[in-house]
Amino acid sequence: MKQVIYTVLVNEHLTPDVCRMELSGDTSAITKPGQFLNLKLDGFTLRRPISVCDFDEGRVTILYKIVGSGTAAMEKLAPGSTIDALSGLGNGFDISKSGSAPLLIGGGVGIPPLYKLCKELLAHERKPTVLLGFNSKNEIFFEHEFAELGVSTLIATIDGSYGTRGFVSDLMPGIDYSYFYTCGPMPMFKAIEQVAETSGQFSFEERMGCGFGACMGCSCQTRFGNKRICVDGPVFEREEIIW
Amino acid sequence: MVDTKVNLSGWELDNPIIPSSGTFGFGKEFAELYDINCLGSFSFKGTTRDPRFGNPTPRIAECHAGLINSVGLQNPGVEHVIAHELPELGTYFKKKVIANVSGFSIDEYAYTCEQLGKQDCVGLLEVNISCPNVRHGGMSFGTNPEAAAEVTSAVKQVTDKPVYIKLSPNVTDIVEIAKACEQAGADGISLINTMLGMRIDIKRRKPVIANRMGGYSGRGIFPIALRMVYQVYEAVSIPIIGMGGVSTTEDVIEMMLAGASAVQIGAANLIDPWICKKIIEKLPETMQKYGINSLKEIIGGAHNG
Repeated sequence: MKQVIYTVLVNEHLTPDVCRMELSGDTSAITKPGQFLNLKLDGFTLRRPISVCDFDEGRVTILYKIVGSGTAAMEKLAPGSTIDALSGLGNGFDISKSGSAPLLIGGGVGIPPLYKLCKELLAHERKPTVLLGFNSKNEIFFEHEFAELGVSTLIATIDGSYGTRGFVSDLMPGIDYSYFYTCGPMPMFKAIEQVAETSGQFSFEERMGCGFGACMGCSCQTRFGNKRICVDGPVFEREEIIW
Repeated sequence: MVDTKVNLSGWELDNPIIPSSGTFGFGKEFAELYDINCLGSFSFKGTTRDPRFGNPTPRIAECHAGLINSVGLQNPGVEHVIAHELPELGTYFKKKVIANVSGFSIDEYAYTCEQLGKQDCVGLLEVNISCPNVRHGGMSFGTNPEAAAEVTSAVKQVTDKPVYIKLSPNVTDIVEIAKACEQAGADGISLINTMLGMRIDIKRRKPVIANRMGGYSGRGIFPIALRMVYQVYEAVSIPIIGMGGVSTTEDVIEMMLAGASAVQIGAANLIDPWICKKIIEKLPETMQKYGINSLKEIIGGAHNG
């Protein structure tokens, strides 16, 4: 973990509710896809944990959904503004377990961390398949970004306005995969748990106090004891999760 | 050269800065960020006789000038703390620590305090009778002078270590509780714990916190904490550890002028994990600015006559 003052390079809407923010600054504490930043915003006490969508040396991209007053304040940050962040938090995804053809399953604003994961898997000569789930066509983002990586990307919408009608988990039967990685809402996780045929990793979300393991604000119970989502997670293996 | 040393019941601390229980774990996460031996001491995670998972999540909510938590005393239990946490703590913290203890019965408080009181690394016991996040315990002992006195005398009988009682602000008259603890033999008073509060999610029309209510801490409670330290200082002659929303060197000095012999820092650690180190480093400069040579000399300095 490192405290970094990032500078906003880009802050733009991808959909009416989802924005993409590109930041410049020290990214040396971010070592794995699936880690997060904890952002201090003017006028708020608690930092906001936001997953890293992509990073390289000196540059990090986050996607966020405007759901409350904190994310509404983020939307207003103009290029050139600075943000105090605790950088490189959380365990991140473990790509060593992926096998040759992992499945990446994202739901809504859970999709962002899968982007860098996908790039890492490709860099390690794996052949990922990506499944993205949205409520409706007007909420879709990052379809083209994944497609540009050259991976097979399938979309499901709950209302059927784009791609396959139904839940993203409905796309899983019929696909051959060696392992899976997923991030998204809890009902989606439970549906995946029902149909998944391999081991996999789930990235969880929770309201956090500190984000670095001190306050026990985001604890959960697992098959291997109590864990903190912020430091022992947010990524947990299928075998340790109690549903 | 200014003197930042303070004294708690015969235990001399290099400075009055103590991270408060529940915001600092057993120090490990912070020891990875800076050398925590710069601290006066720290109060470790509230420990109970038996292991506890605590309350369901969400346990945390943003609120004006602070946050609400409803962790519910999650801890691995006193046996595990003694067998694992304290030996590990000894590898990165060379000073004595404050053992924060909670319980659900008088016997349980006494048992846990007796076990922790035997540990060499424990400088004093801080008995939490003020946790707002558990039922049938915690705060119920801290909202009634007789019950507070009963816990105090039970704990005093089982340990030779100084016993400080951590009080709740969620009472009609905190001075009565403090006096009852002093009369029952308490060596000092810690105040304040968090204030019972809540937030409601307007879209869901439900409380944000799973346990509905929680403890409000952070900058917003500083004036309330300061006022209570000031009032208790006038009523008791034992040392006070002041806390509640402290996040700057000026806050520390205000707390000491109100009557605190040492000052704990809580919520601020969660937002800026280096805050205690920064305050300790800046304290001499702030002392000089206000013409303070020795912190000991300003304790209670805001009281007339």
